[in-house]
Amino acid sequence: MSSRRSRSSRQTGASMISEDQIDDLVLQLHRLLPELGNNNRRSGKVSASKVLQETCTYIRNLNKEVDDLSERLSQLLESTDSAQAALIRSLLM
Amino acid sequence: MASLISDTEPPSHLHPTSTDLVRRKKRLSVSSSSASSSLTTGDGDSHARWRSEKQQRNYSAKLIQALRQVRLSSSSAAAATSSPPPTAQKRGKAVREAADRALAVSARGRTLWSRAILSNRIKLKFRKQKRQRPAAIPAVITTGSSSSSSGGRSKKRRVTVAKLNKKSIPTVNRKVRVLGRLVPGCKKESVPVILEEATDYIQALEMQVRAMKSLAELLSGSDLAPQRG
Repeated sequence: MSSRRSRSSRQTGASMISEDQIDDLVLQLHRLLPELGNNNRRSGKVSASKVLQETCTYIRNLNKEVDDLSERLSQLLESTDSAQAALIRSLLM
Repeated sequence: MASLISDTEPPSHLHPTSTDLVRRKKRLSVSSSSASSSLTTGDGDSHARWRSEKQQRNYSAKLIQALRQVRLSSSSAAAATSSPPPTAQKRGKAVREAADRALAVSARGRTLWSRAILSNRIKLKFRKQKRQRPAAIPAVITTGSSSSSSGGRSKKRRVTVAKLNKKSIPTVNRKVRVLGRLVPGCKKESVPVILEEATDYIQALEMQVRAMKSLAELLSGSDLAPQRG
């Protein structure tokens, strides 16, 4: 993945991982995030802590969305019982 | 069946439209045999892994089966062992857990968080989601031009990470810890592990959201269909 290990001058005592690797991972993370404010005007650097902050927010949003969807699904599942069983059966066959 | 693996699409447009998913689900039985033949080819890149058609079919099938089991266990709630009591929240949580388990299983045990989800389930523990302490300290951004430039990797423009100086390392560390608490099973891992798990987890969650949304639309759409007796 990253072949640039030459710049491992600063090794934090805790992780002993090169900065390059962390930068690569942060960049990968940044590419996944929904690019709301990161339009072309930020075409340069991204701040690692901002990326991490947005990642935390995004994960929490996704979790909340999954929770809402699962509640909605549970309501749908119990409301339409026989119809839904027929539907699922038809989907699986 | 041609090209089961759709290559890395840009993450900004997520539209496997619901008709797509419906068509995919209808072809489940036909394509399950062919899906097993084309094994995980997009494994090197995690982007392709969670966006491939095969993966989505896999997950949809498991999700439907898991949901069916939830429904069966809740309908026969007389003397069942782990039946959720008839409150909406508990049932919602049961659905969520079933969906998470299906997601973790379709990860094929290659990631930390999937193993954590499955082992938590076995230990009969719920996954705790702690609240984040508000990190109010702003990070120092130094636009050092000598930072690593990943020219060949970023797609359209050159985006680089700002140089981490000594003041921002503990901030970054703290935020990574917070992130590690959000991703299941990564509370005590090192920084690069947490970052890698987070990228995979985000993509898996996105796929879960898409699948459940399509399923909900499908079910609510059938609700408006002509009533059955």
